[in-house]
Amino acid sequence: MEIDPDDLFRDDEDDPDNELFQGDRKDDTHFHVAVSCIAQSLKTQIINNSYDEVAICFFNTREKRNLQDLNGVYVFNVADREYLDRPTARLIKEIDNIEESFMSKIGSQYGIVSGSRENSLYNVLWVAQALLRKGSAKTADKRVLLFTNEDDPFGSIKGVIKTDMMRTTLQRTRDAQDLGISIELLPLSRPDSDFNVSTFYSDLLGLKGDDLALFMPAAGEKSTAYNIGTGETSCFLTDSTLLKYFNLLISHIFRSMLLIKTERSFICADTGALVQGSAKRFQPYKTENIKFSVEELLEIKRFSTGHLRLLGFKPLNCLKEFHNLRPSTFVFPTDEELIGSTCIFIALHRSMLRLKRFAVAFYGSSSRPQLVALVAQDEIISAGGQVEPPGMHMIYLPYSEDIRNTEELHTGSNVAPPHANDDQTRKAAALIKRFDLKDFSVFQFANPALQRHYAVLQALALEEDEIPEIKDETVPDEEGMSRPAFVSALEEFKQSVYGDNYEEENDAVGNGKASETSKKRKAVSENAVKESGNYDWVDLADNGKLKDLTVTQLKYYLTANNLPLAGKKEALISRILTHMGK
Amino acid sequence: MARNKDAMVLLIDVSPSMHKALPEIEKVCSMLAEKKLIYSKYDEVAVVLFGTEEAENELTREVGGYEHVVVLQNIKVVDGQLVETLQQLPRGTRDGDFLDAIIVGMDMLIKKYGETYKGKKRLCLLTNAQFPIKYPLEGTKEDQVSTIAEHMNTHGMRMESIVVRGSLTGEANKSVMDENDNLLGIFSKKTCAKLVHVESPTSLLGALRTRKISPVTIFRGDLELSPKMKIKVWVYKKTSEEKFPTLKKYSDKAPPTDKFATHEVKVDFEYKSVEDPSKVVPPDQRIKGYRYGPQVIPISSAEWDAVKFKPEKSVKLLGFSDAKNIMRHYYMKDVNVFIPEPGNTRAILAVSALARAMQDMNKVAILRCVWRQGQANVVVGVLTPNVSDNDNIPDSFYFNVLPFAEDVREFQFPSFNNFPASWQPTEQQQEAADDFVRMFDLAPSGKEEALPPGLTPNPVLERFYRHLELKSRHPDAAVPPLDETLRMITEPDKELLSQNRSVLDVFRSRFEVKENPKLKKSSRRFLQDKPSGSNEGHANISDEPNSSEYASAVKVEKVGDATPVQDFEAMINRRDSPQWVGKAIKDMKNKIHDLVEDSYEGDNYPKALECLIALRKGCILEQEPKQFNDFLRTLCIFCQEKALSSFCEFLASKELSLISKTEAVDSEVTDDEARNFLCQIRAKDGMSA
Repeated sequence: MEIDPDDLFRDDEDDPDNELFQGDRKDDTHFHVAVSCIAQSLKTQIINNSYDEVAICFFNTREKRNLQDLNGVYVFNVADREYLDRPTARLIKEIDNIEESFMSKIGSQYGIVSGSRENSLYNVLWVAQALLRKGSAKTADKRVLLFTNEDDPFGSIKGVIKTDMMRTTLQRTRDAQDLGISIELLPLSRPDSDFNVSTFYSDLLGLKGDDLALFMPAAGEKSTAYNIGTGETSCFLTDSTLLKYFNLLISHIFRSMLLIKTERSFICADTGALVQGSAKRFQPYKTENIKFSVEELLEIKRFSTGHLRLLGFKPLNCLKEFHNLRPSTFVFPTDEELIGSTCIFIALHRSMLRLKRFAVAFYGSSSRPQLVALVAQDEIISAGGQVEPPGMHMIYLPYSEDIRNTEELHTGSNVAPPHANDDQTRKAAALIKRFDLKDFSVFQFANPALQRHYAVLQALALEEDEIPEIKDETVPDEEGMSRPAFVSALEEFKQSVYGDNYEEENDAVGNGKASETSKKRKAVSENAVKESGNYDWVDLADNGKLKDLTVTQLKYYLTANNLPLAGKKEALISRILTHMGK
Repeated sequence: MARNKDAMVLLIDVSPSMHKALPEIEKVCSMLAEKKLIYSKYDEVAVVLFGTEEAENELTREVGGYEHVVVLQNIKVVDGQLVETLQQLPRGTRDGDFLDAIIVGMDMLIKKYGETYKGKKRLCLLTNAQFPIKYPLEGTKEDQVSTIAEHMNTHGMRMESIVVRGSLTGEANKSVMDENDNLLGIFSKKTCAKLVHVESPTSLLGALRTRKISPVTIFRGDLELSPKMKIKVWVYKKTSEEKFPTLKKYSDKAPPTDKFATHEVKVDFEYKSVEDPSKVVPPDQRIKGYRYGPQVIPISSAEWDAVKFKPEKSVKLLGFSDAKNIMRHYYMKDVNVFIPEPGNTRAILAVSALARAMQDMNKVAILRCVWRQGQANVVVGVLTPNVSDNDNIPDSFYFNVLPFAEDVREFQFPSFNNFPASWQPTEQQQEAADDFVRMFDLAPSGKEEALPPGLTPNPVLERFYRHLELKSRHPDAAVPPLDETLRMITEPDKELLSQNRSVLDVFRSRFEVKENPKLKKSSRRFLQDKPSGSNEGHANISDEPNSSEYASAVKVEKVGDATPVQDFEAMINRRDSPQWVGKAIKDMKNKIHDLVEDSYEGDNYPKALECLIALRKGCILEQEPKQFNDFLRTLCIFCQEKALSSFCEFLASKELSLISKTEAVDSEVTDDEARNFLCQIRAKDGMSA
């Protein structure tokens, strides 16, 4: 992603019609929806794909600003930035606040009216195409996203002019598509009528028949959830790896805001001489150091030249819950190099699904050659979208060295542990029924730590005063838990497994266990309080006599006042002084 | 550190029926010793053999009996000599009595350590348990075993029995084996003993834990069902990758005379300004920064600490869900196990009831976990029931980490149904695939599952430790090749392949794979040049069973005299360089020319015709019709000039003509023209005659 940005491009229509600004819903005008969608996706983009470039243009505007000097098109931009460039904090900040100043600065005016030959839709496509000229079509993925709530842009004009305008606009679109620019439409429905794609835009987008039926006019409405800007879509092996936020930690910077680079050098521990690219490694074994060359180590890990070697098939129930080490990898067939691959893959895929089996294969990667399970995944489609693509999931299997028999760790007492009886199991089942998360999906939680991290970063970057509170979606549903039905199911279960006097005994157990250590601790602190009483601390502090005391004596005060005991004598003294407020 | 020092007695059956398995036992035991030499050098090990001719143990000297048991190595700290001893175990001649061996082993441990020893005491029994143990003087065998088991308990010993069965040992009396299994089962019921049955050499290698890892809880505390009900649990790791050892960098700078040289390499980091690389930036002038678009936002760690996400330590239940909602491939990391607090019967009961109910209802639980105070993130994961089938082991849960919304990569891939028809398998092909999947069964019923993860050792580590041991004796030893046993992990089982030869052949013949001709420059060859027999190696990313027909064993570089047609075909199919097609055609033309010219009364004509047909076919396939047509025309003219027109006649009689447009699009010859060409030849013949 470093050098080939995908050029994202976004058009935003603003309509003069009052409905767009006032909207049907209570607060949200269409314009607001579009702008907040843009702001939201910019915020995601600056974090996830900050090398992607973006431009924002409004069309049907009063003012104009673009290189071609076309009417009704306004390219929105901020300082220190080209029209099509990487998003900056400032851009996000200004687009976030654009609504207030929009009418005065840019203004809105519907461009396509009868009588004038102006075609703002044509103009904006032209501007977009010109902006996207940057970067080759091979390395960059170029997209134009069109937000609009007008399904019939040429509705107000009639006759030859209309057909002519439509023709030129469509031609402009086709030209853009020939240049490798894809155009996507995010329609916003009006309250009284749904956005009718077939009026004009189906031709523009090249939608036909079935596609049209699948096209959901509601796309733009759930704007905040719409995530624009995933990079590649055509890779064949993809991980669902953890997104680590520390990969954003770039390097240390100077106080004076200069980047620092890290230099690493190897020094011989015996002589202090600089070691250049040492090719030998060693492992202490028996009484000596056994030396290995890097080539030998590579040789040890080398097993086969083939990447993935099929060993056989097993029924799915042989794949246990604990057979997992790492995020899985997705495998999808390609005919690019070997014709006929896809056909075999599909045949095996179907057989595996039908016979409920998974394949065991040896994956000879150079880092860790290991056994993998290939589990066939059927395509899952819901509500017009692909939930799970078809293919195989490669699950990395552990070796016997990697599995621990921790369950057996605490066996050995003569008493066999109890197992639940049917009644207790029934009570548990009742509880489970009461506490069912319907339609749970792994997509539903955002990582609160990551959200917080970015919120802080964003607040600092955008110089906001307050760090927005991030809602931790992962906390349990307290409200649901206080429902009477749930509480009673829980009580019954508790009663059946814990018995009556659980609370009291639990406390007793707690006390009993804590006894050893806590008694000791208590004794120490009591002693400290007593000892501490023997000194006139204020007097000692005032006369600077604290340093004459021993560390043990100083610690009496610290213990008595519940202060940390760590550090050197000076640290202890300064801590005491701080505590006394001196 | 006496607490970390373990004592272990290896009890190895060396009776004749075990001889087949002994090579693997030697490997796994020496591996155990090798790892101990690195990771726990102070552990003590003893080796006891049974099934030997002679008897050599203290008990037989003291009280008599205990025949055929030899103490090969008394309890002592591991050393290199032990590795060597274990690599060459003597073979025995008698049937072994495993109970005698167990008693000898226990006796050794008790005599050496007494009852006060804090370290762990382990017995490890490797046997096939095929021969009956002796009847005790009083009581039944079961009683005797129970008494011994109790004794073992009071001395805090653990036992691990690995029983070798199946193909590794010969035929044996089933009732005896069942009796012995039953007896060994008593041990695992009464004590902390583990019993594993292995049937293949590979699983024998994986059956013994070769490295001791002291388990550490990652969480102890409450599993909160709600604020009102909590279950005390301990959380351990269930799987954790055993990494390849990190070797240190070696420095040869120290003079060879320096006996105390460590040869270690230290790493030194210097932070320099990008703009002025000569200047080193001291620590107090450095601050961390995060990228935000093109900008870098500096933030000190103190500031960061003040604002960052700080969840409270807790493990809370979010709810239950249908197991099918959590797909297997969402599991993110290594697996944890939740066990109820040991000794806490209520916790054990509560976990058991929940686990059983979840299993019955096919449900899983979703948890939110913060393992430690001060942990900067939360983990959301799924709890799946693990109902134990052993009465001694309480029920527990497995815990798998689930991804957050940010972690999931949602890529769209085309649906298989949208692929062109040529990519869809036909009914026949599908049938072949079904058979293939059905027959290549690694877990046939009634037999041991092949390559179960729990019994499959890591071949990389096996190889590393073997090489290490070799190198300690011969510093220049080469990396050992994979032996048969390890090969079973990385390659398909030969036996399974030969059993299913016919299924495989059908599968291969029904599908065709060939390299994409458009990708001529590809440096990789996907269809491997491999001798047939091992061609089930599914060669690449997309699981191609590779067909050996495409592998040209010897690269043909010219069209020879002996087999011109075959040479030509091989050459024209070479994909390593585009020039081969041209060269093949040129060579073939010359060949045909020579054949015709050199023929005496038409003796070479049939051969020339064969070559011409091959050339014609090749030219159609490679879309080079003009080459052939021009050649045929010149050839005919040449024949007429040289009074060899009988060849043209011969061709006409065999109906060989120009390549027409219908056969190859690039051809400029129409069908009529092609037909007429034959007539022309005849006509010309007539004229010249």
